[in-house]
Amino acid sequence: MAYAHPHDAHAPAHAGHHEQSFFQKYLWSTDHKIIAFQYLFTGMALAMVGGFMAYVFRMQLAFPGTSVPGWGVVSPGQYNALITNHGSIMIFWVAMPVLIAGFGNFLIPLMIGADDMVFPRINRLSYQLFLLSALVLVASLFVQNGGFGGAWTAYPPLSANKNYNMTPYGATMWVLAVALEFVAFLLGGINFIVTTMNSRAKGMKAFDVPIVIWCIVIASILFMASVGPLIAGAVMLLFDQLLGTSFFNPNRGGDPILWQHLFWFFGHPEVYVVMLPAFGIVAEVMTVMARKKLFAYKTVIYTIVATGVLSFFVWAHHQFVAGIDPRMANVFTVTTVLISIPVGEMCFVYIATLYGGSIRLTTPMLWALAFLGEFLIGGVTGIYLGASGLDVFFHDTYFVVAHFHYTFFPIAIIAVFSGLTFWFPKMFGRMMNETWGKVHFWGTIIPFNFIFIPLFFLGLNGEHRRIFDYHSFPQLDTPFMHTLRVMATVSLIVMLLFQIPFIINFIVSAIRGPKADKNPWRANTLEWTTDSPPPHGNWPQAEMPEVHRRHYEYAVPGRAEDFWPQNERA
Amino acid sequence: MLNQYLPNAATYAGHVDSLFWLITIIVGVWFIAAEIVFFWLIFRFRHRPNVPSQYVTGGEKHLKRWITIPHFLIMICDVVIIIAAVRVWVELKQTLPRPDYIVRVMSQQWAWTFTDPGPDGLIDTADDVRTTDELHLIVNKTYHFKLESKDVLHSFFVPAFRMKQDAIPGRTYTGWFRTSRAGTYDILCAEICGLGHGVMGAKLVIEDEPHHTAWLQQHAHDAALAALNTPPPDTTTAAPATATPAPPASAGAR
Amino acid sequence: MSGKTIATMRSAMGMPTGRLAVWWVIVSEIVIFGGVLVSYIMHRIGHPEWAEEASHTNTWAGATNTLVLLTSSLSAVLAHKAATEGNGKKAANLLRLTTLGGLIFLVIKSFEWTHEIKEGFTIQAGGFWSYYYTAAGLHAFHVLCGMIIMLVVAHTASKNQELQRVENIGIYWHFVDVVWIFLFPLLYIAK
Repeated sequence: MAYAHPHDAHAPAHAGHHEQSFFQKYLWSTDHKIIAFQYLFTGMALAMVGGFMAYVFRMQLAFPGTSVPGWGVVSPGQYNALITNHGSIMIFWVAMPVLIAGFGNFLIPLMIGADDMVFPRINRLSYQLFLLSALVLVASLFVQNGGFGGAWTAYPPLSANKNYNMTPYGATMWVLAVALEFVAFLLGGINFIVTTMNSRAKGMKAFDVPIVIWCIVIASILFMASVGPLIAGAVMLLFDQLLGTSFFNPNRGGDPILWQHLFWFFGHPEVYVVMLPAFGIVAEVMTVMARKKLFAYKTVIYTIVATGVLSFFVWAHHQFVAGIDPRMANVFTVTTVLISIPVGEMCFVYIATLYGGSIRLTTPMLWALAFLGEFLIGGVTGIYLGASGLDVFFHDTYFVVAHFHYTFFPIAIIAVFSGLTFWFPKMFGRMMNETWGKVHFWGTIIPFNFIFIPLFFLGLNGEHRRIFDYHSFPQLDTPFMHTLRVMATVSLIVMLLFQIPFIINFIVSAIRGPKADKNPWRANTLEWTTDSPPPHGNWPQAEMPEVHRRHYEYAVPGRAEDFWPQNERA
Repeated sequence: MLNQYLPNAATYAGHVDSLFWLITIIVGVWFIAAEIVFFWLIFRFRHRPNVPSQYVTGGEKHLKRWITIPHFLIMICDVVIIIAAVRVWVELKQTLPRPDYIVRVMSQQWAWTFTDPGPDGLIDTADDVRTTDELHLIVNKTYHFKLESKDVLHSFFVPAFRMKQDAIPGRTYTGWFRTSRAGTYDILCAEICGLGHGVMGAKLVIEDEPHHTAWLQQHAHDAALAALNTPPPDTTTAAPATATPAPPASAGAR
Repeated sequence: MSGKTIATMRSAMGMPTGRLAVWWVIVSEIVIFGGVLVSYIMHRIGHPEWAEEASHTNTWAGATNTLVLLTSSLSAVLAHKAATEGNGKKAANLLRLTTLGGLIFLVIKSFEWTHEIKEGFTIQAGGFWSYYYTAAGLHAFHVLCGMIIMLVVAHTASKNQELQRVENIGIYWHFVDVVWIFLFPLLYIAK
């Protein structure tokens, strides 16, 4: 017996008919667009916290022992807490909420032609749990003895034993915050996966679904399939901290390396969880702005799936020197170097999409192109680290830090700015200012490179990470090395200052930018067929869109227009 | 050229550097090629009025070649890199040549303690010489190091050797190196270990045999003097092992 | 509280959204319990001395609990059958019977654990006990959550509303049962 109703018209009316209070409309809403904004703004607020932390610890590195304006003198314990929480915040409380929950919530129902998510109240609950996790994390910084300082990787015995880490409350609250965040995203992921699988518009077959949605859904599946062992590990770490269990205590039969396996089995797929939505956003922007089909769209889908599957088999490249069986290291070198093939393929396909295009260098397109150019650096430097014989030298040096910032920064910042500037008209019904957009773009990209290229050279010289002051190490305490550190810090400050034009542009445009019509970019996908911003329910109930073709039909020969919306009849 | 800034003080360091250069060349060629194609396409296909974009599906054979051929070539490059990487890895981590000497490297929050076996060449005997934060080795000798930790994870990192290994409490790791160049180098702790991680360094001195013997004797002598001048501890447990003066003739030989 | 969205009612995969969602929940739960159990198995193999600690578990209590859970799964299946026939009241009563099975399970476990703790086998007593209480405790937590959700579903079903949820909570309950089928031999029989 089927419970699902085949005809949309039978669905009961929405609650949008009665007046809603501010609280109901903006804080207690089940509307996916509002929830998307909640995630986006929370993520952006925490990005400022994480960015401020980077400013403080880079000031300490450039001018050790001096008082940092806005903070004071940085103690060793504070330094460790700053780098730990900078990393944790940027990955779990900025990249994840913005890329997956923010863009996912906003785009999925709109791009598949649905009125909302399948479980709107669970959607609301997922944000509330996420907000709670963020509050727990921020609170952990202000408790007695300060925030947790054992790095975002939280290896025991340091993280499990308060006599070693000296931050008992901070360490426990950090684990709780991370665990809560995982539960929030498990709940959210159910919505993304089920809604995309089941609630597509009439006529939308699997390969008619836009790439960004494929990417977000596969990322959600990756997350759900990989986070379990770390949830188990987090429970075990919590119990070691609080209940005297001995999961990771070598003095009582436990094994610290177990945590590493549980962490990285999730940790590696996690970077693909955030990478895929970024690639998805860039694909949407590039195809619209170049007026081109994505080159070999089906290949891209297969590549995304292959990358996702392979990502489960590379995790121990984080543990080459950790004490694993050295024979295992060879297996993981093979898988890690080989994963460069599907990822490289994606990059090549995207570059090939530019061939034959008519490229408009709008702000969103500049960000999308910068993503490709910069991510290539991150990708190729990963090869150095996947090669086990070389990782022996580079592990835990600044080479690693530079590598992952050349991947994470494009993912969490560059692709996000591309998506925000691209979908801003749809989200807020107004256009952003192009000139200030370009100022923001160049003022971010140029300094970005001057922050992290010096770090590659520091790593080449053997400079190890997570150190608050290099005076204790004569070979690292040279004027050359120090010049590199100062260069990175100064560039960071410049880059942070250039975010101010973006914030102003964002707020001013949202309030009184030029009004945007339904489809200012002349794009094909379904979100551009409704008003900017979309009403509650996205389309009038009787006018839910139907899909008649794939979504990349740009420059179709013989047509007057160079685009062909998915819902237009043939 | 890496060793212009960071000298090679172990025999395998040069092999690690060669692997670095191999990867740099292979990856560098691809990277530069990709970026050149990328920027050229942006320039060539920038929007010009009345020039429409083309309808390219990616199924066109002459265009698909631009993906499939690089795809295939990258696979070959990957295999070359993997083979080279495994060879270096096997040398560093899966071989244990016969040692001339053994040293123990003990890590803790927040110091390094090194145990030189002394003239008898055996660790945990009465003639051991223990030093804190300073390790003396003889040049052109093969060493096994026994790496341990007293509390949390640490990591024994000698950039001049290009060698690193995590220290795990409850385990002893046996690794090796062969010293190749005299000098003074850094030993770094490369795994965050708490508040003192940032000051947990040690000095590595590699010297010729006569200098090393002299240092050993002097250090043992100083340690014995210090032990004589220190009142015995109150507890009934045995005092920590102190070095006894080495007999002059057979110092260092094995 | 808004009415159902159009999205909830669609079914492009041919499967109702609720059932699709429950299966994805189970995927993520498999990996959570998988993480705990694989860690346990690998450490148990490396620590043969844990067999001594494990010998103190109460196999009869474990066996009884297995029987209890299997029976409760039976009543969950019967509840689903009643729901497909449109009999909300009967489905609700069978679901409540299932919940009773869960309650009996938890009561037996609490007696079991009280006794073990009194004997000195606390969670700190050894490596085996760390895993024993954590794995079984995580499972018991899922039993409790399942019971609560099941009572809510039963309440709605007794009014003949949302009958499709009876099957969905049943699927979840069967999964909780299957996890126990793995736990029982690993914790109680392997001695």
